[in-house]
Amino acid sequence: MIARWFGKNAGQDAAVEAAALRSDRFRQAREGDWQRLDAIVTRIEGGRLRKLSDDDLLALPALYRTVVSSLAIARETSLDQALISYLEGLARRAWFAVYGPREGLGAWLARFFRGGWSAAVRGLGRDLLIALAVMVLGTVVGWLLVSSNPDWFYSLMGGMGDDVRVPGATREALRHTLFGQQDQNGLSMFAAFLFSNNAQVSLFAFALGFAFGVPSVLLLIHNTAGLGALLWLYHGQGLTLDLIGWLAIHGTTELFAILLAGAAGIHIGRAMAFPGDLPVLTAAAVAGRRAAQVMVGVVLMLVLAALLEGFGRQLIDSTTTRLAIGGTMLALWNAYFFAYRPARARVSN
Amino acid sequence: MARRPRSSAQVPRRPAPDRRQRQVVTPEGVPLPFTIGARGARALALLLDQILIVATMAGLSYLLFSLARAINLKANASGDFVGQAVVVVWVVVMFLFRHIWFLYFELGPRGATPGKRALGLRVAARDGGRLTTEAVVARNFLRDIELTLPVIFVSTALIQGEDATVAGWAGAAWFLIFAFFPFFNRDALRAGDVVAGTWVVEAGRDRLKAALSTGAGAQGRSTLTENRYEFGEAELAIYGEYELQVLERVLRENREEAMVDVAQAICAKIGWNSGRGDERAFLEAYYTQLRAHLERGMRFGQRKADKFS
Repeated sequence: MIARWFGKNAGQDAAVEAAALRSDRFRQAREGDWQRLDAIVTRIEGGRLRKLSDDDLLALPALYRTVVSSLAIARETSLDQALISYLEGLARRAWFAVYGPREGLGAWLARFFRGGWSAAVRGLGRDLLIALAVMVLGTVVGWLLVSSNPDWFYSLMGGMGDDVRVPGATREALRHTLFGQQDQNGLSMFAAFLFSNNAQVSLFAFALGFAFGVPSVLLLIHNTAGLGALLWLYHGQGLTLDLIGWLAIHGTTELFAILLAGAAGIHIGRAMAFPGDLPVLTAAAVAGRRAAQVMVGVVLMLVLAALLEGFGRQLIDSTTTRLAIGGTMLALWNAYFFAYRPARARVSN
Repeated sequence: MARRPRSSAQVPRRPAPDRRQRQVVTPEGVPLPFTIGARGARALALLLDQILIVATMAGLSYLLFSLARAINLKANASGDFVGQAVVVVWVVVMFLFRHIWFLYFELGPRGATPGKRALGLRVAARDGGRLTTEAVVARNFLRDIELTLPVIFVSTALIQGEDATVAGWAGAAWFLIFAFFPFFNRDALRAGDVVAGTWVVEAGRDRLKAALSTGAGAQGRSTLTENRYEFGEAELAIYGEYELQVLERVLRENREEAMVDVAQAICAKIGWNSGRGDERAFLEAYYTQLRAHLERGMRFGQRKADKFS
């Protein structure tokens, strides 16, 4: 260290000697380190990470600490405002580099699929059960409402003009909606599903969590009530199992996604309503970061559900196979979320 | 509770305190100043990003489909299996594209999307600690809820026509609540920032300016008369750190009339007769000696904030 200051930089020594002020001597002795850090950070900011030598990359944290301590000293000993604001700017830029995200999109995705996602889902804890209970309740309520008064069907399912799925429809008409639609275009079905309001429901359920979770619950009830109404309709014509198969092939994935989204919304809402020892904003942030991870997964599940609905359901025309596929998907999701716990996976909130 | 002592005793008074200035304590325990990004700049950055996203999507699609046409692949709904698969992949990529865009750039080494870079903005953790990947994911995911969902909501309501008024108004209210969210908190946080524990700050850079106290004038030598400016203890004791900073600014700006004014003001104060035409040398000498005087005081724990203290 001393050798570096007094031996190599003879020219710098002369400048140090000439400087009148002690704070200028301080500045001149350290300026080399600052300029080096400046150069490294400039290259990082330019996105030229690959051109950075290993030496420079290793030196970055040490140089950053040097600059931070230089700044602390300069604030106490120097009144050179330009120097202090330069050091503040440099320390800030180096801070961005040193304390920025450690991993890129690819590395994060790899960690996400290898345990991060399922850990986040498990982190929702009992909110999953709440969402499940709410969805079951919604289905039952839908069924009961429609069975007591069929007029409810129209308000639950929305008034679609030419839909044959209405109370009083014949068994044949209903059966036709479930089977024999191979000629339909899978691609447009897929796209329609992906960009439809149906898929947005889960996003809404999550988004509405910010109002203490209440709208999330209402939305879940409203949507599953429609499901209950549909079940009642097909049950009346003895097509219950066929309908379940028709729904299950993509529905186990889609409803699971909606369940997760609702649970994520409730998770945020509950954290805000009952923050415990944390400040409300902190509690919301911790819950929100976990919920956002879950929601990234939900979006991917919805894409998968769209594929299953768009192609799988058109190509496979048998209730047994449909049920088998839906059941397998359900088992896979459950295994992935609750049984898959790699030791390496670390989830941070 | 006892009132805190007035901060002006330690910190020099600023002419107009910037309401966007914040102090963040780094994990090393050193406070760093940050400037909250202006709301207008952020809106502009978002607009820029959206334009770039749409342009990139359009460009990619055009490229892909001209490629498909070139190899005679029927990439549409009535095509064969391969053609349909290509379309499916394309639809999925387009569906996820805006997420990929923001995450790829904000998790990359530059740490900002092109829009933010153009406007000199960056995302940072509010607590001064590490910006985690999860935080970046959360703040970008919530953008969908703040912006994309209500827009889709309103546009589908408009297309469907029926019940459009209720849904449209609901969507518009939703959009407005989130769009104006940053105006209702001091740090200009949008909902995604609240959840992620982040904020958007300015990421300017400036060069190290040469020290004023090491030039020829700083030695106290006049450029006109070869005289040396030497100031006594009493003449230096008049001013404090705030005046020193003003003097530094005047010297760096190097405007003739400003320097004449300041030199005359100092001369009047310390009872000197100012010599015309040598203001810069005079001011540099006074700056250097005043700084030496004040820094000597600092080393003994005595700080003088301004001329009144």
